[in-house]
Amino acid sequence: MYVRACAVGEASMLSMITEDINQGEGIDMAIERVFERLRREGERALIGFITAGYPSAELTPAVASALIDGGVDILEIGLPFSDPIADGVTIQRASEHSLKAGMNTDLYFEVASQIKGVEKVCLSYYNLVLRRKTERFIEECISAGISGIIVPDLPVEEASDMLKASKNYDFDVIFLVSPTTTERRIAKILNVSSGFIYVVSLLGVTGVRERLSDAISPTIHRIRRVQSAEKISIPVAVGFGISREDHVRAVCEIADGAIVGSAFIKIMEEHMHSGELKRADKLHAFEDTKNMLADLKNFAQRLKKATHVALCSDQAARTAEQP
Amino acid sequence: MQLQPDESGKFGRYGGRFAPEVLISALDELEHAFFKFHEDKSFNAELDNLLRTYAGRPTPLYFAENLSSFCDPSGRVRIYLKREDLVHGGAHKMNNTLGQALLAKKMGKERVIAETGAGQHGVATAMAAVKLRLKCDIYMGTEDIERQRLNVFRMKLLGANVIPVDKGSKTLKDAINEALRDWVTNVEHTYYLIGSVVGPHPYPLIVREFQRVIGIETRKQIIEAEGRLPDVIVACVGGGSNAMGIFYDFIEDDVELIGVEAAGRGLHTGMHGASICAGEDGVLHGMFSKLLQDEYGQINQSYSIAAGLDYPGVGPELVFLAEQGRVKMTAATDNETLTAFKILAEKEGIIPALESAHAIHCAIKLAKKNRGREYIIVVNLSGRGDKDIFIAAEALAGETL
Repeated sequence: MYVRACAVGEASMLSMITEDINQGEGIDMAIERVFERLRREGERALIGFITAGYPSAELTPAVASALIDGGVDILEIGLPFSDPIADGVTIQRASEHSLKAGMNTDLYFEVASQIKGVEKVCLSYYNLVLRRKTERFIEECISAGISGIIVPDLPVEEASDMLKASKNYDFDVIFLVSPTTTERRIAKILNVSSGFIYVVSLLGVTGVRERLSDAISPTIHRIRRVQSAEKISIPVAVGFGISREDHVRAVCEIADGAIVGSAFIKIMEEHMHSGELKRADKLHAFEDTKNMLADLKNFAQRLKKATHVALCSDQAARTAEQP
Repeated sequence: MQLQPDESGKFGRYGGRFAPEVLISALDELEHAFFKFHEDKSFNAELDNLLRTYAGRPTPLYFAENLSSFCDPSGRVRIYLKREDLVHGGAHKMNNTLGQALLAKKMGKERVIAETGAGQHGVATAMAAVKLRLKCDIYMGTEDIERQRLNVFRMKLLGANVIPVDKGSKTLKDAINEALRDWVTNVEHTYYLIGSVVGPHPYPLIVREFQRVIGIETRKQIIEAEGRLPDVIVACVGGGSNAMGIFYDFIEDDVELIGVEAAGRGLHTGMHGASICAGEDGVLHGMFSKLLQDEYGQINQSYSIAAGLDYPGVGPELVFLAEQGRVKMTAATDNETLTAFKILAEKEGIIPALESAHAIHCAIKLAKKNRGREYIIVVNLSGRGDKDIFIAAEALAGETL
């Protein structure tokens, strides 16, 4: 693929790049600009997920900073819900822990607004948005510096209120596409999405997996096909089960970004467990927090490195195919 | 009155399909299959045969003479019980599980999964799965496993795999979450056999259609017995399947319809399962409905002495009918329920499920209020109380039995 793309020739390559730059300038949405910038730099986006309030509300900004320092380009901040049906055990446990410690929508926006230096996206379930009233929820997101939202239990058919409310602001509504999504639905989703398309890598819930799903490539191919038919260009990022460097590297060969969540939470969970044993000793607890943050940063760094791809790879080839 | 869901699966504002993207195509497939087989003569003949020969339908509409004269010595008030407790498995649940398991079979699925609270739906699913040779996994909260041991044993005996859910409230709500997660993962070969008129469209419609048989029979039977329709029909409401089942064919008639929710320790205590009486609009388990939730939208734990009513949501069509004023909603406390449970046993020799005893309480109240009037009450006696005897014994300890 690398060889084929590089054979395009220098002149057309240059025009492609300038075209990209022009396209980038035309985009007024912050999240898509991140993808654009990265693409010019020969990188893909590393999208991190954390649960607000895990391991605590106080530590959440520091956790975010560790991920940002490690190179996370976009940060999804989860507002935990009591009944997270799309999540596997790791995020379920983090959500339950966070809620028990008092996390709620008010506190969430406080915590989120303390996180700086990265594009922020809210991830939550629809009832929490609805309860706040969709319009107000989006306004509060914007006040907290959040540029977009992902709601895993809000399919495009039910999203008209959300889309209407987001239109008044430059706010991205990010939809999911799964291995079972038909091309007709993909078209419907592409037509209302902004920010990026969240590709669910597999049939299942979030969580660390050993193997990368085989369903990713066919799903992305279907999206690309519909994208070129509908003449819609929007970044595509892959999540669910993406938990290792080699996963990120493989995903970045064919997509514009990789989303990692449970693997970060797991690192925190492990430190929490070892920390609990030494809780009585304040100095140790402090040391352990430091170690946890260092581990998170290191892991993010390693993942970020895996998003570096040569400029003339599949992405360039794809751009060339587009009208 | 809107009698069918609209294109987006809603009854008025309620219902819809708030499900993860992975499930959307499966729900489309299910909707398509349901409409196809629902009209199919051979499917219906097969289901009718199963309902008749396996489940024991039609169930009798029984004139509870002793209970009636206990409430109104003049003998003018007449209480009828629709004996769903006599359906194989011990509750109305099997009407739905046979229908859906047969649908699963026709759709080529090899495995069914289900959630269960009281265990009645789990047992009915396990039975239907055995009968139709499907693999069967049942999700059940560990708290429900504890209080419904008898049904756990029955499910295991029936070859079902009972998967304990030790998360959240450890009851029905969390069993549904876990079943949904399983379905998301195994959607290609697995049929999610939901037990009530809840969940994303088309489930509320499918379950109502398979439970309608209760109302259809009742209509015929009450006309045979009384030569007219009843004044009122009473049913308990957890998710609302037995209520929708008996109400639906009377919606356009001049018959009062009353749903009885679980008031638990009292609506003011916050320990109840009364989603319509005391809940607010929200989205849970794929549907827009009335929910028990806090100011932020986190789902509250429900509570009831009857595990089958211990659910913080309710079927969207029932919410719609209540909002329209067509169905009147009320609630019975644990104590009122236990009294009704005892009265029915003493007067009629029938031990009702604690769920159904909520409806019995309401019927006794109505009968007393209408003393001396020509007044016909039909109660959906949705299940039998064998599963509840230990809970009831404990709750009634100290009382002279």
